[in-house]
Amino acid sequence: MTSEHKGWKEIPIAGVCWRPTTDYLTGDWRTLKPVRDKEKCNKCLICYMFCPDGAVTWDSKIEDIGFNLDYCKGCGICAVECPKKAIEMVP
Amino acid sequence: MAITKQNLLALNGDEAVAYAVKQSDVDVVSAYPITPQTIIVERFSEYVHNGEVDTEFVCVESEHSALSMCLTASATGVRVFTASGSAGLALMHEILYVTSGARAPVVMAIVNRALSGPINIHCDHSDSMVERDAGWIQIYVENSQEAYDSIVQAFRIAEHNDLLLPTMVMLDAFFLSHTLESVNVLPDETVRKFVGTRKIPLVRGHKGKLVPFKLDPENPITMGPLDLYDYYFEHKRQQEEAMQRAPRIIKEVHDEYARISGRKYGNGLIEPYRLEDAEIATVCLGSTAGTTKTVVDQLRTKGIKAGLLRLRTYRPYPVQDIINALENVKAIAVMDRSHSFGAHGGPIFHEIRHTLYEASIHPQIVDYIYGLGGRDMPQTLIHEIYKDLQKILETKRVEKPIQFIGVRE
Repeated sequence: MTSEHKGWKEIPIAGVCWRPTTDYLTGDWRTLKPVRDKEKCNKCLICYMFCPDGAVTWDSKIEDIGFNLDYCKGCGICAVECPKKAIEMVP
Repeated sequence: MAITKQNLLALNGDEAVAYAVKQSDVDVVSAYPITPQTIIVERFSEYVHNGEVDTEFVCVESEHSALSMCLTASATGVRVFTASGSAGLALMHEILYVTSGARAPVVMAIVNRALSGPINIHCDHSDSMVERDAGWIQIYVENSQEAYDSIVQAFRIAEHNDLLLPTMVMLDAFFLSHTLESVNVLPDETVRKFVGTRKIPLVRGHKGKLVPFKLDPENPITMGPLDLYDYYFEHKRQQEEAMQRAPRIIKEVHDEYARISGRKYGNGLIEPYRLEDAEIATVCLGSTAGTTKTVVDQLRTKGIKAGLLRLRTYRPYPVQDIINALENVKAIAVMDRSHSFGAHGGPIFHEIRHTLYEASIHPQIVDYIYGLGGRDMPQTLIHEIYKDLQKILETKRVEKPIQFIGVRE
């Protein structure tokens, strides 16, 4: 668990979430991480759309793809869906 | 405040409940009829059909759905009601916990009926007794008048912002649900004013902002999330805290209602009957209390110091009130209209005996399992219980702590 724990007097009733989900770093579940071959990648963004955790990022300044490992659980969907086989999952 | 002028109607218990719901400005009612509660939702559907209420009436395909519908409707901040009993209540079992965990102030009437098998449609308390740990407030009524009064009070109790606990009102099947009784009803306006509109408290939502505790597109919150070992225990602790506040709020609502209706049921939690100087007493719930009061009166004319304690709320369980009421009684018979198979007696016996362990004087206590599956509990059998209590009083010994009464040997 990446969050600091509060007592029962401090938290909202009924499990209402008082923090945004982005506060919960789920990247520590990961055993494999995605590595991209920039030569093969044509930036089609299929990986970006398929990532269930929003861990594939798009930087419009440099117009390139990145991975936010704070949220990447290492599921490998990006690697499977990549039509160019540009992503490899590595330990 | 003066007592409001009331109308006397001939209603059975189910109709009394439906009438109270009609007057309580309920927004959503889900209906899945099951004997013996069927009349409640039937009568209510007539009110809807005749345009007497402005209520969304949703016919569902099972009790599991009936309560799920109430829970989700309640999450939007409206007032909801449904009714159930027996196997229907058992089918709701899972959602009972979800409802209390979600702090949805659903009000439900339970027409107490045996759980099969063998198949039986008649009264005992097996259905609601097993749900005592589901985090709902449980109110057991003695007659149809109290059923009417308690439903009106239940909306105020459940929706109180210090509680937000779902509340069930129990009435005995057939003895109350299907028998006609004179019921005093308050004017529509008086009830509407008493129940008021549902107030929504604020809760800390996303990014720590205080927002209304309801589903609202303008202020979205997450309800019903996954709650693992990190916070589940804390949320359950909060439910217990709300239950601890419940006795005070139930008493307040009960007293306020008494001022406009002129009707009181003990202190709202327990109803002692001729207990002040009683040496022997019974403890029971529901309609049996009415018969027992008659027996107590008969015994008193013979100079026997008999009394009765009726528990009106079983959850919250009013520990201190029970100790105060029973502390000076020397021999007590607990009457359980349900049984915990393989246990040392019925559920009420467990708790009464356990409670009096903390009392300064330890009275003799005996348990009577009675009336399962609608078996009648006539005055003659109650006289037998008091006769046994007199014997216990003389000998100062309980020979058989757990007895079955009214069953053929």
